[in-house]
Amino acid sequence: MNLQGVKAIYRFEMERTWRTIFQSVVSPVVSTSLYFVVFGSAIGSRIKEIDGISYGAFIVPGLIMLSLLTQSTANASFGIYFPKFTGTIYELLSAPISYFEIVLGYVGAAASKSIILGLIILATANLFVTIEIAHPIWMLTFLVLTSVTFSLFGFIIGVWADGFEQLQIVPLLVVTPLAFLGGSFYSINMLPEFWQKVTLFNPVVYLISGFRWSFYGVADVGVGVSLAMIALFLSLCLGIVWWIFRTGYKLKP
Amino acid sequence: MQSVISIKNLSKTYADGFQALKDVSLEIEDSEILALLGPNGAGKTTLISIVCGLVNPSSGSVEVSGHDIISDYRAARELIGLVPQELTTDAFQTVWQTVSFTRGLFGKPAKPSYIEKILRDLSLWDKKDNILMTLSGGMKRRVLIAKALSHEPRILFLDEPTAGVDVELRKDMWDVVRGLRASGVTIILTTHYIEEAEQMADRIGIINKGELVLVAQKAELMRKLGQKQLALHLREPLERLPGGLDDYELELSSDGRELTYLYSTQGKRTGVRGLLSALQGAGVEFKDLDTKQRSLEDIFVTLVKEQS
Repeated sequence: MNLQGVKAIYRFEMERTWRTIFQSVVSPVVSTSLYFVVFGSAIGSRIKEIDGISYGAFIVPGLIMLSLLTQSTANASFGIYFPKFTGTIYELLSAPISYFEIVLGYVGAAASKSIILGLIILATANLFVTIEIAHPIWMLTFLVLTSVTFSLFGFIIGVWADGFEQLQIVPLLVVTPLAFLGGSFYSINMLPEFWQKVTLFNPVVYLISGFRWSFYGVADVGVGVSLAMIALFLSLCLGIVWWIFRTGYKLKP
Repeated sequence: MQSVISIKNLSKTYADGFQALKDVSLEIEDSEILALLGPNGAGKTTLISIVCGLVNPSSGSVEVSGHDIISDYRAARELIGLVPQELTTDAFQTVWQTVSFTRGLFGKPAKPSYIEKILRDLSLWDKKDNILMTLSGGMKRRVLIAKALSHEPRILFLDEPTAGVDVELRKDMWDVVRGLRASGVTIILTTHYIEEAEQMADRIGIINKGELVLVAQKAELMRKLGQKQLALHLREPLERLPGGLDDYELELSSDGRELTYLYSTQGKRTGVRGLLSALQGAGVEFKDLDTKQRSLEDIFVTLVKEQS
């Protein structure tokens, strides 16, 4: 096991975060605060409570999830895309480091960033509303699993992308809409019955629902189903990453 | 000599059908400097890329100090440093960070004293805190060499190290290469320039169209190839060569106005002086003369012809 190598990649990626502190940490915090202020006060003044929780508090897990999903994907995809773009990927490929270790370095760093970010957003939200966390261990479990899964997903996007446009398109046109439509700002029980059914095809629903359950003990779908969905998506991403390295897809002719 | 890299029947066909290497076998000896010469697209970079792990071989095998590059890639790659042809560096790191990063990637614990030594040897010490993006091309080249040396490799690949490099860097670089060789590092370099191979290498391999045309000791090859051509522009045209000049194997141009003489710069005697006095003795006068080094291209043509 080349732990020095994993550490080198991890440190490199974390240094990138500090270099781009505004883009990586400050901007998601600002935009989350904006969502919070706008949605929380504009809609919150009309909707008093959902499932017995004040609207302001209700949207906190969804807001954190929204940032986790987009930031994990964006960070991890950029992390592996940039060496591909500049050509410095030659170093990774020629180093005595296994594919597993490469993924551990990149995905570990991207997931760490997301987890830190999630906690920062939680702290920020705590300034606006009182938040109780019913199941703290499960909350952290969902936080970590989601960050890891979507960082893996981002890694795949980064390997696949041939240009900056493709790199942006997935977080912007797939992840963000799915997060918005996945019940970040509402309970899917508030939808007409037909749309409730349609929404169940959105994987993000399960993430948000499970995460919200860890805060308030209420969920749109069962917690077991939520965990199973994350596990399924995680294994899917792991499978694709394994395939990428086995075939050298877009990395090694 | 013991071979440190053993390449057996290596072939590579890319996905688009281009066959970059055709059944190449090559033994690279311990602590030698091997220069691979060849025109663009000959397969030099593909060969290096396979040994270093950047490209999958289609068939054949490579062992580095007895370690297979695929089944035992960790042990094989630990021994190798690679300086790529393109100036590919990260943009935002400092020189110190990027060199230390490579050392870590190769699984070695930090050793600032060693990194300092490399940076000093490559005249990079005063740039150690500069951001990579702000460096000139020549400086980036130095950084790439420093990175390749950061994990104390036993084998160093230099892919076109002097393409677009100024005289000073070339000199520094060759000093470093000589120093490495003296410490027992095996060096494989690719180049277009025969003078470079001539100065540095112990052995020279020639690749053309994916085939290893020839591998030979430099001295032997230079004897064969290091010829110069002397052209004498005559005052009066000659119909045929005068007697007494047979030893020189002269060639008379069809208009009779030019005599050419091939001689070796490697031999003790070039024979030029003798030729000139023999011409004087024969009463042949010339108004001008010039000499020309045979170009790498001429050498290729000769070799490829010989081969086929």
